[in-house]
Amino acid sequence: MLGKLTWSAIPLGQPIPMAASLFITIGVFAVLGLVTWKGWWPYVWREWLTSVDHKRIGVMYVLLALVLLLRGFIDAIMMRSQLAIAAGGAQGYLPPEHYDQIFSAHGTIMIFFMAMPFMVGLMNFVVPLQLGVRDVAFPALNAISFWLTASGALLVNLSLVVGEFARTGWLAYPPLSELQFSPGVGVDYYLWALQIAGIGTLLAGINMVTTILKMRAPGMSYMRMPVFCWTALASNLLIVAAFPILTATFGMLLLDRYAGMHFFTNDGGGNAMLYFNLIWAWGHPEVYILILPAFGIFSEVIATFSGKALFGYRSMVLATMAICLLSFMVWLHHFFTMGAGADVNAFFGIMSMIIAVPTGVKVFNWLFTLYQGRIRFEVPLLWTIGFMVTFTIGGLSGVLMAVPPADFVLHNSLFLVAHFHNVIIGGVFFGGMAGYNYWFPKAFGFTLDKRLGIVSFWCWFVGFYLAFMPLYVLGLLGMTRRMQHYADLSWQPYMIVAEIGALVILCGIVATIAQLIVSIRQRERHRDRGGDPWNGRTLEWSTASPPPAYNFAVLPEVASLDAFWIMKLRGNRMPVEHFESIRMPKNSANGFVTAFFAVVMGFALIWHIWWMAIFGLVSAAITLVVFGWLERGENEVSGEELAMSERARLRPVDAT
Amino acid sequence: MNAEAASTELSEVTGAAARRALAESGPAPVAIVVAYGFWIFLLSDIIMFSALFASYAVLSGQTAGGPAGRDLFNLHHVGVETVCLLFSSYTCGLGLLAVERRRLDGFYLSFALTFVLGATFLGLEISEFTSLVARGAGPSRSAFLSAFFSLVGLHGVHVCIGLIWLLFTVAQVAARGPRDFVRRRLLCFSLFWHALDIIWVGLLTLVYLMGAS
Amino acid sequence: MQEKARHRGSQNAADRDDENTHSGSIAAYTTGLGFALLLTGASFLVSQTHLLWHPGVPAGLAVLAIAQMGVHLVFFLHISTRPDNTNNVLALAFGILIVTLVVSGSLWIMAHLNSNMVSPAAIMEMQR
Repeated sequence: MLGKLTWSAIPLGQPIPMAASLFITIGVFAVLGLVTWKGWWPYVWREWLTSVDHKRIGVMYVLLALVLLLRGFIDAIMMRSQLAIAAGGAQGYLPPEHYDQIFSAHGTIMIFFMAMPFMVGLMNFVVPLQLGVRDVAFPALNAISFWLTASGALLVNLSLVVGEFARTGWLAYPPLSELQFSPGVGVDYYLWALQIAGIGTLLAGINMVTTILKMRAPGMSYMRMPVFCWTALASNLLIVAAFPILTATFGMLLLDRYAGMHFFTNDGGGNAMLYFNLIWAWGHPEVYILILPAFGIFSEVIATFSGKALFGYRSMVLATMAICLLSFMVWLHHFFTMGAGADVNAFFGIMSMIIAVPTGVKVFNWLFTLYQGRIRFEVPLLWTIGFMVTFTIGGLSGVLMAVPPADFVLHNSLFLVAHFHNVIIGGVFFGGMAGYNYWFPKAFGFTLDKRLGIVSFWCWFVGFYLAFMPLYVLGLLGMTRRMQHYADLSWQPYMIVAEIGALVILCGIVATIAQLIVSIRQRERHRDRGGDPWNGRTLEWSTASPPPAYNFAVLPEVASLDAFWIMKLRGNRMPVEHFESIRMPKNSANGFVTAFFAVVMGFALIWHIWWMAIFGLVSAAITLVVFGWLERGENEVSGEELAMSERARLRPVDAT
Repeated sequence: MNAEAASTELSEVTGAAARRALAESGPAPVAIVVAYGFWIFLLSDIIMFSALFASYAVLSGQTAGGPAGRDLFNLHHVGVETVCLLFSSYTCGLGLLAVERRRLDGFYLSFALTFVLGATFLGLEISEFTSLVARGAGPSRSAFLSAFFSLVGLHGVHVCIGLIWLLFTVAQVAARGPRDFVRRRLLCFSLFWHALDIIWVGLLTLVYLMGAS
Repeated sequence: MQEKARHRGSQNAADRDDENTHSGSIAAYTTGLGFALLLTGASFLVSQTHLLWHPGVPAGLAVLAIAQMGVHLVFFLHISTRPDNTNNVLALAFGILIVTLVVSGSLWIMAHLNSNMVSPAAIMEMQR
């Protein structure tokens, strides 16, 4: 009746998972309770859960990312603490079966439910505003995408409370992830959570590509688009190209596990190496999906806070599209040691080195933009400068490993771990924080506290180096990744330094949370009344903070790059009367309800509760059909309403 | 003026100037946006199939001592399936034309034919699968068969979803008439249906014809 | 002639919304069907008879398949070189590129990996 699900699925005998489960459960119920007690449900339902507004959806994505950052970071600190003490004969406090789940969950959560939603959320919020349009191409689909991603996050976290998580690392390599060697539900949690979230991401990619290519303000030709929109385009093209491979590969592993097939099994002619090949054919583009939007954020931030146009716009665009294409030609460098032979390794090694070139072009363009600019050291720029130093080091260590003979020594060592944390934290996360601080006033109408922002940055920056530079050394000394304990006592000092680094990063996270709380408390002091707190160059700064639901009462006529900057220089005034009525999409519960049934279906499939799985799938399908049967609901916003709204919110635009 | 008239005029200038004018003309009409979005989705779907194609190509020799393609495939059967699907693509196109010209009885006839041909294809494929399983050549027999059943089966699942979508589309035309949003969805359906035939061409060639020869 | 008159008539009757979605004519679809049937027949012939030199059969089948996909794209999906179709063509080219990279890359990699795999017999030998 309930498949494999029994009461023993709740980890009563294990103190740490039990404590975590209680913490999460209490936290969730506390939030739900607060909302109920304060009578906020109608507001939450109307303004957030059923919203199809890209701005709201973007905020929810970033919120998801920041919450899951906490979960992923707790996993990280647990690992660091374990490794700081489990030297020589000591076993630490985390048994191997548990430690394996922690590093698997850490990687899965940080990549799929922290980094991806962070970037996707910022792109969602900013791109339509920068393009000068009112929303993405398919707003209802956008909501579905977000809620499917959230469903995946929910399922992963549910594995803490009911059952277990995968022990196979963040990519679940077979044969370990096959039924024979992982008979529990852990790998199934992993696979179904990511399949569901992956579909959400794919749909978001389709949405954004269509938006950027088919919906821009009048006059905005491709070469007048902000660089962030170009990097968003490249990133989303990669999503559209790569995520189907992930879906297919996980699908094959699921078929092996559920239907006894032999894609990757040891017997029946299966080939585990095929999984490696396909998963990395997705996996490498994935990291470029993450970093390209960050590159775009840095371009915007540097140009704004140097008071200069970005240097070398054309070469930036070319470099971005070159990275986009090249990212599909390097994937074997993740398994040089698997035995493809010299000629295959050489080809992919050379391609991996070549892909560093367009990134170098970008770095030099950023430097030339800063050079002789009137630089303002606001928090977003601090994150950006931190990125430029940190990411360069990480990129260099990557190019080092792109040499196959070197990789044979360093593959799967802590050197590798240091490298990818270097580029993901230094690149993606720092970019996310820069974007968060930069666009926060646009989203919420007040800037974030600067002092706590500086504290947060420095803690992250110093903490990162303390936490990961020792890992480069350890990798060269021979320590491999995913070790629950180690015999060599001479490694322990490095591990302790790394642990200290993690604690410093914890201070950075606490400072970020404090920054948010303090800024909300003091929001009147930091109120952004003009909509343009940073003297920005692109169109999102021409709107009020926060922008009205419709973004622009009249779509701007774009005559050049840095459209808003030119408008300010010319003293253009935004109109305040004679508006034509516009149509805006109505809210839709489609996304939330479909995702709800997706969670039901996913949970049921994990636990082999077949009737419930069918119920979930059919209900999700019916939801889509029912909402599809109804015509797309639209509200008309009359000219008079627009005029009132515009008069109330905007002052005329002034050049500063 | 609408984008097609604009582009026809401008194609008299140069292709590049026409493209620039289109790029700068503001957000495209809804029909174009929807069609383009669906086109991108189709490309992503084809990439998903290509991952399975690649797996099939890698695993096609791994029969684990069991039957191989040439022992199992019935090319007459496959030929009929191919012709059914191809003609269903044709009738689907005719149905689309009929709606554009507001000849709704032509539309219903064409789409009825499309449904029958598609369902025939699906029925033949299901019978092929069940007979293979009955012969002990099911998907868990070997890696080759796993890849075969998944690749061809995924296509079949798409056809099945397409048939359900077809019914839904016909119902919408009947209930709402050939309004803008209904015609947009009809176009998406026909793009989907044609893409399934394109994938079938690949399947036919790589799996059946190369497997059997 | 009647064909074209019907076509022009429907142009005028069609909404503003229709422009780029205009789906060609019965002639286009029928021509496409004809070509596709020919190519399908040719594929079966190539595969089942000795008309084509044996080692060339896979290449021949591939060429016929690609040609037929092209027929579908042009006659059924109306891919063209008009300026308003540029994005569609670019997207298609991108898709084809990715498919080529993934399929040929996978085949190349897997072939090399497999050839360098120690055979089960040799592993048994090593364990003795």
